[in-house]
Amino acid sequence: MSNRPLPAADYLVVPDEGDPYLQGSRCSECDAVFLGDRAVCGRCGGRGTMRTERLSDRGILYSYSIVHRSFPGIVVPFVSAVVDLDGGGTVKGNLVDVIPTPEAVVFDMPVQVVYRDALGRLDSAGKRYLAFFFTPLPETS
Amino acid sequence: MTDAYVVGIDMIRFGRFPDRSVPNLGAEAALMALDDCGLRIQDMQAFYCGNLGQANRMVGQRILKEIGQTGIPVVNVSNACATGATAFREAWISVRADLYDLVLAVGVEQMGKGLLGGPGGSRGIPKEGLLGSGTMPAVFAEAGMEHSRKHGTTFEQFAKISVKNHHHSTMNPKAMYQVETPLDTVMNSEMISYPNTKLMCSVNVDGSAAAVLASERKVRELGLMDRAVRIRASVMTSDPWQERDLVMPDVNTCTRNAASDAYEMAGVGPRDLDLVELHDCFATAEMLHYENLGLCSDGEAGRLIDEGEVELGGRVPVNVSGGLLSKGHPLGATGIANIHEVSTHLREEAGVRQVEGARIGLTHVIGLGSCCGVHILEKAA
Repeated sequence: MSNRPLPAADYLVVPDEGDPYLQGSRCSECDAVFLGDRAVCGRCGGRGTMRTERLSDRGILYSYSIVHRSFPGIVVPFVSAVVDLDGGGTVKGNLVDVIPTPEAVVFDMPVQVVYRDALGRLDSAGKRYLAFFFTPLPETS
Repeated sequence: MTDAYVVGIDMIRFGRFPDRSVPNLGAEAALMALDDCGLRIQDMQAFYCGNLGQANRMVGQRILKEIGQTGIPVVNVSNACATGATAFREAWISVRADLYDLVLAVGVEQMGKGLLGGPGGSRGIPKEGLLGSGTMPAVFAEAGMEHSRKHGTTFEQFAKISVKNHHHSTMNPKAMYQVETPLDTVMNSEMISYPNTKLMCSVNVDGSAAAVLASERKVRELGLMDRAVRIRASVMTSDPWQERDLVMPDVNTCTRNAASDAYEMAGVGPRDLDLVELHDCFATAEMLHYENLGLCSDGEAGRLIDEGEVELGGRVPVNVSGGLLSKGHPLGATGIANIHEVSTHLREEAGVRQVEGARIGLTHVIGLGSCCGVHILEKAA
């Protein structure tokens, strides 16, 4: 049996070979982008119009909250970030490698999607998981 | 089509009643609303009951077991935080459709303390704190920060909303809390999810509210027009597709659509409103809805709170009841409690918090997921 970690989200692909990536689908009729696979477009209702595609590993910070209180056992503070991926698709995840203060978290900051162990969380069968996170990218000029 | 009116409406003081049952709380409000118009359960031809926590447990029928099993049709509804407004609207539809002349709507909820929202995902591992946050304070913080991003709205401006609503609640004997919270107290209370501090989060409480709705001919026949409240508009929307709404629930578009439909139905505009009770589940949310409801133009919400236009005595007082932030937010009851507040002002029975000369008011609730309910109410007499 493989020791490959399981994906922490339905739209995270952990292939046998090669790097993990986020998977989305785009409607060929109205261009709406969704996370993961789907049969019918939630925007235009198009059927048979959804095309699976690999989403970008880069994006910009659209919105966020700095979470100081969460459910019992969840380590705080952390930055809950909404990121617009380059080329389409919006995902939510933790913004890491940044000081969790409003001064350090800046709208539109470019971020890289990185794939790391799911904070040591195991499921009831003791299996490991792989999650995605965002890290700040240096501003390119 | 007949007009529909509120003839009886009331709510219990919101609080924590762990020793009582959900039907028992709902029954109390139902009897209060019936007493408010001098009618009996035997006069009601149908009953619409809103509750979330026991949505599959026939709360409406269990209420009738406490106050009179008359055999009328009972419809139990559940629509997140718009549950009470949905029950009210179903009652309104039945009167407008000429099915019934007198109907009862009840909203009731019993809640625990603590954070709302799910840990995320039913299988595998918990997603909270791994793939961002799904707690309600964080979700509404992210919605508020979208406003900051667009308009430069500050933490202090969000906090001022909480100062205002807590101040209003000191004049409302039915509010859970009646405590002044100055700006530094709000800003320095425990940070839950930036920019929402603990005092910028609504209070989880138990509560119930109820209304008796009547057709125009019935109001006249019973001689109840003096204190009646005319329902000028009742609108419900769901959230149309938005590019980010898979990860960022959109409470804006459904509110804008509902408000615009409601103004059209009522034949009034936001400038005609004397007061508004809107869905301040978090301070960040109230800021968004000033613009969503057209109380000001886009980008002006921060100025509205800075200049006191939404305080009691201001141009358009918002959440004079104390709002969900201080009156409390028993999910299923909130939509009818908001209608109770506006009706109380239209009846000139709001005591020290009375909005002078109030003739038209608007209520608004959002159920995340999402749905929006808007009602426009007018003094009948």
